Amino acid sequence: MFGRLTWDSFQIHDPFLFAATVGMPLGVIALVAVLAYFKLWGYLWSEWFTTVDHKKIGVMYIILGLIMMVRGVVDAIMMRAQQAVALGEALGYLDANHYAQIFSAHGTIMIIFAAMPIMIGLMNLAVPLQIGARDVAFPALNSISFWLTASASILVMLSLSIGEFSTAGWTGLAPYFEKEFSPGTGVDYWTWALQISGVGTTLTGINFLVTILKMRAPGLTLMKLPLFSWTALTTNVIIILSFPALTVALFLLSLDRYLDMHFFTNDLGGIVMLYANIFWMWGHPEVYIVILPAFGVFSEVVATFSRKYIFGYESLVYATVVIAFLSFTVWLHHFFTMGNDVNVNIAFGIATMLIAIPTGVKLFDWLFTMYRGRIHFSTPMYWTLGFMVLFAIGGMTGVLMAVPPIDYMVHNSVFLVAHFHNVLIPGALFGYFAGLIYWFPKVFGFKIDEKWGKVSFWCWAIGFPLAFFPLYVLGLMGMPRRIEHYTNPEWQPLLIVAGIGTVVITAGIAALLLQGWKTFQDREKNADPTGDPWNGRTLEWSISSPPPVYNFAVIPQVTARDDFWVQKEKGTAYPRPEKYSDIHMPKNVPYGVVIGAASFFLGFGLIWYIWWMAILGALGIVVTMMVQGDNDDTEYVITAEEVKKIEDAHFERLAAAGVLSGKPRNANQESHHE
Amino acid sequence: MSSAVHAPAAGGHEAGGHGAENKLFGFWIYLMSDLIIFAILFATFAVMSGNFAGGPGPKQLFEVPYLFLETLFLLVSSVTYGLAVISMQSGKQKAVLFRLAITFLLGLGFVVMELMEFAHLIEEGFGPDKSAYLSSFFTLVGTHGFHVSCGLLWMLFMIIQVVRKGLTAGVRSRLMRLSLFWHFLDIVWVGVFTFVYLVGLL
Ligand code: HEM
Ligand SMILES: [Cu+2]
Repeated sequence: MFGRLTWDSFQIHDPFLFAATVGMPLGVIALVAVLAYFKLWGYLWSEWFTTVDHKKIGVMYIILGLIMMVRGVVDAIMMRAQQAVALGEALGYLDANHYAQIFSAHGTIMIIFAAMPIMIGLMNLAVPLQIGARDVAFPALNSISFWLTASASILVMLSLSIGEFSTAGWTGLAPYFEKEFSPGTGVDYWTWALQISGVGTTLTGINFLVTILKMRAPGLTLMKLPLFSWTALTTNVIIILSFPALTVALFLLSLDRYLDMHFFTNDLGGIVMLYANIFWMWGHPEVYIVILPAFGVFSEVVATFSRKYIFGYESLVYATVVIAFLSFTVWLHHFFTMGNDVNVNIAFGIATMLIAIPTGVKLFDWLFTMYRGRIHFSTPMYWTLGFMVLFAIGGMTGVLMAVPPIDYMVHNSVFLVAHFHNVLIPGALFGYFAGLIYWFPKVFGFKIDEKWGKVSFWCWAIGFPLAFFPLYVLGLMGMPRRIEHYTNPEWQPLLIVAGIGTVVITAGIAALLLQGWKTFQDREKNADPTGDPWNGRTLEWSISSPPPVYNFAVIPQVTARDDFWVQKEKGTAYPRPEKYSDIHMPKNVPYGVVIGAASFFLGFGLIWYIWWMAILGALGIVVTMMVQGDNDDTEYVITAEEVKKIEDAHFERLAAAGVLSGKPRNANQESHHE
Repeated sequence: MSSAVHAPAAGGHEAGGHGAENKLFGFWIYLMSDLIIFAILFATFAVMSGNFAGGPGPKQLFEVPYLFLETLFLLVSSVTYGLAVISMQSGKQKAVLFRLAITFLLGLGFVVMELMEFAHLIEEGFGPDKSAYLSSFFTLVGTHGFHVSCGLLWMLFMIIQVVRKGLTAGVRSRLMRLSLFWHFLDIVWVGVFTFVYLVGLL
């Protein structure tokens, strides 16, 4: 009846897992009860769970990503604590199996369930607003994407208390992850969680590619597109081209594990290296999927807070495209040491180094934009500057490792761990934090608390080098990655420093959450009636905050790059239309939640061999798709009068804030800072 | 600026017209990513094509006449779907239904023949667990067959919609997308037939 799921599968033997196994359901029950007590379920269901509004879906993605990031950081703290003590006689508190589960979960969660949702969340918030659209191309599909990601995240969390997680690393390892060597549920949790969220991401990629290509406001040619939208465009292209490789890699692995096939086994003709090749066809581009949108945020932030047009717009666009292209040509550098021809290694080494060129172009463009600009040191700018300094170092160590002989030395050492954290944390996370704070006022209508934001920044900026620079040294001293215990006493002091750094980073996350809390508390005081708190340049700042459901009452006619800025300079911003027309908007739909839930059961059933549950889950998906495919009644109308009422109220607020009168606001505001 | 009151419907939700166009474009992109899945499966098959692990190779496994008939079913079904689209464009509902039904039966014939072939191989002891070559053969051909089966389910669903709703704008736009899907599978099959069967038998 319940496949291989038995009472013993519930993790209650280890004190940590006991806490999770008992704590999580209690927490969920408490949450359900509290929400029921305050009668919030109806509200959540109709306003959030079934929503097709890209802004709300974006917020949900970001909340999901932040929750998963906290989980990933808890994993990191556990690993750092273990390595700080586990020298010689002292074995620490984690055994090898447990440590392996933690690093595998940490890597998987940070990249797939923290970075990706936050990145996609930002795209949801900003892209339709930047291109002057009322929603994405396929709003219901957007909701489905979100719920697939959410249900995959729940699967990963569940592996804490029911069964176990993979021990084969976030990348999987052939043939170790075959059933012969890893018979438990761990690898299956990993496979199905990645597979389900991967489908969600592919759908997002298609959705946003069509949105950006087909739904831009008239006049907004590609070479006028704001740079964040440009990076979103390229990222979605990479998603569409690379995720199929992940799908296939995981699919073939499942066939090996479930149907006893022989793709990645070491007998009956299976080829172990085939897995690494297919996986990294996705794995390397994936790094750029998470980093490029962060670069887009930096471009927006640098221009806005330097009060200047971005320097070298075209070069930034071309650099983005070149990086995207190169990201497909370098996957082999992940296995330089696994017996390739020397010339193959040289070719891939050079291709890898080439990526430094467009990346360098970007850095210089940002620097030139700031040069002689009137820089406003708001929190997003702090994150941007921190990124520039730290990322330059991470990039340099990357170029070092692109040299195959050097890679032979540091391969599989913690030098590599230091390197990829050094590009991912400043390169992706810092950008996301900058973006979150930058667009927060747009989504909620009030400004953020700068004080705690800056505290958070300094904690990261100081904690990061403390936590990761020692690993460069340790790597050169020969410390391998993925070990839970060691015997060389010289390593311990550095590992303790890394542990302290992790504590400082954790304080940074606490400060970030506190910032959210303070911001929410002071929302009345920090209200922003203008919709343009940063003196912005692009279309999203031309409408109210929060924007009405339909975003733009009248689709704007774009004439220039940084169109809103140009309008403000000319004194023609905030045009008041003579009349409004009816607006058709997509209706909320439950398909996303239902397909998400069905996928969860499909995944859970497959992981535990509960076949009836898997079949019911699959049927649930098919039936829901049919119901959706049969539904022709997908839109509702907001009448011209309603639109007028909403817009009139906004114009009143603008007038009260003094934005509408005479001279454009930026001229007045600038004079304070000169 | 206030003169530009009636901007074109870049919002995408106005009057349905844009929606259908975007959906078709999005579907094309989906097909591209699906094509990459097939490309990687083809590559995998190519890499595995000599890994018989002591088991049988293509010469022991396939019979040309059988495959030829199977292929014929799918190719003809693509033609009949094309005919159904022609009738759809001239609004002939009965003809659409008839031609879709024929397409469905031909597709069903293809899937049944494939399943029989699979069953036969497994009975003989040549299942996908016997060698890497057989694993990749079953996976590539089976993935295509799974797509065709999904297409059949979709077609059944569309036949019911045509009966219930007639040739409304929504139904037409879905029929066009299914048409793309169906022809796409046809093209992929030509690849499968050539590389897996013909080249294997040469
Ligand atoms: C918050 C600060 C973080 C700390 C202190 C931290 C710490 C660690 C540690 C100790 C390991 C295991 C090293 C080993 O023994 O092999 C690790 C692995 C890893 N981390 Fe982090 N990490 C952090 C944030 C992140 C972020 C934000 C990402 C991605 C966006 C990330 C991605 C990874 C990956 C991919 C691995 C490799 C997992 C594997 O070996 O399969 N980490 N991290
Ligand atoms: Cu790489």
